[in-house]
Amino acid sequence: MEVAKIVELISDKFPTAILEQEMEVKQPFIVLEVGLLPEIAEFCLKDERLYFDFLHCISGVDLGEAKGQLEVVYHLSSLIHEHQLVCKVRTDRAVPEPIPSVSAVWKSANWHEREAYDLLGIPFADHPDLRRILLPDDWEGNPLRKDYVEAEEYRDIKIKY
Amino acid sequence: MKRNEETSWEGYDPAAGKTGQSNIIITRVEDLLNWARLSSLWPMGFGLACCAIEMMASNASHYDLDRMGVFPRPSPRQSDVMIVAGTVTFKMADRIKRLYEQMPEPRYVISMGSCSNCGGPYWEHGYHVVKGVDRIIPVDVYVPGCPPRPEALIGGILKLQEKIRGEKYFQSEKPQEIPSKVHGSSKNS
Repeated sequence: MEVAKIVELISDKFPTAILEQEMEVKQPFIVLEVGLLPEIAEFCLKDERLYFDFLHCISGVDLGEAKGQLEVVYHLSSLIHEHQLVCKVRTDRAVPEPIPSVSAVWKSANWHEREAYDLLGIPFADHPDLRRILLPDDWEGNPLRKDYVEAEEYRDIKIKY
Repeated sequence: MKRNEETSWEGYDPAAGKTGQSNIIITRVEDLLNWARLSSLWPMGFGLACCAIEMMASNASHYDLDRMGVFPRPSPRQSDVMIVAGTVTFKMADRIKRLYEQMPEPRYVISMGSCSNCGGPYWEHGYHVVKGVDRIIPVDVYVPGCPPRPEALIGGILKLQEKIRGEKYFQSEKPQEIPSKVHGSSKNS
């Protein structure tokens, strides 16, 4: 199915969901309303015409201090229909509003959301086990934030070269 | 000289002089022990990254480290040398130090590859990488390379053998001190 048609299906079902869309790029994407994310995810998976059964990846992005936003990108794919969709949601950077977890819809989201939480400090609501996945539990800060400053030492080991 | 159950010492003639068939070898205990130790260095393979592939290649049939008595062990208790092969992250630092402490003395460490020598490509922006495993445990031999070829690792092992060969076994200095302080408790020990 064409991306435009997919977006149309979603906007028919959720008229207020799509805040922004970009169709002229290599991977067309839509920016979604954060609050509606779980319902839209459920719809994308369950609807027979869409059937997005594969969540490739959840990527966290720090858009920088000027824009003051954090972004989460969902790459979806349907193995049966062979079509793709990229969805994005955005949240405030300074005081991030929790983004609803989609780990109940796609199991693979569990670890990806933990990674975004770990490295960028993006909180996810209703996540079954939201804790650091890569860094040690007692690590301070989120290294992939644009303004991250390396600590001097970690457990008495010097970090700098 | 022949010797068996029935005819022990029969035919032994001290007057026959040096025949080269004597049962007695005279050496220094130091040399004997050093030779024994350097001839069967059992490494604990600490494969952490791509260097581990080269380490495995060194142990496999083509380079055959077994011909030098090097035989990888899965347990620190049975190991003489730890080959740190790969990037040491801060999360792994605790484990490395603990496994090193579990090895029986005398113990040695070979740091294999740029990452464990000095942080390698992560030296500037690697917030998660320990810039050299020698910040955690004492290192005997550094093998440069990214990753080092098996020849280089074999070279490192030969270097370590040379080091062991020259050791003074009975003039042991004070016990090895572990420089870094991964655990808070060992800070002043």
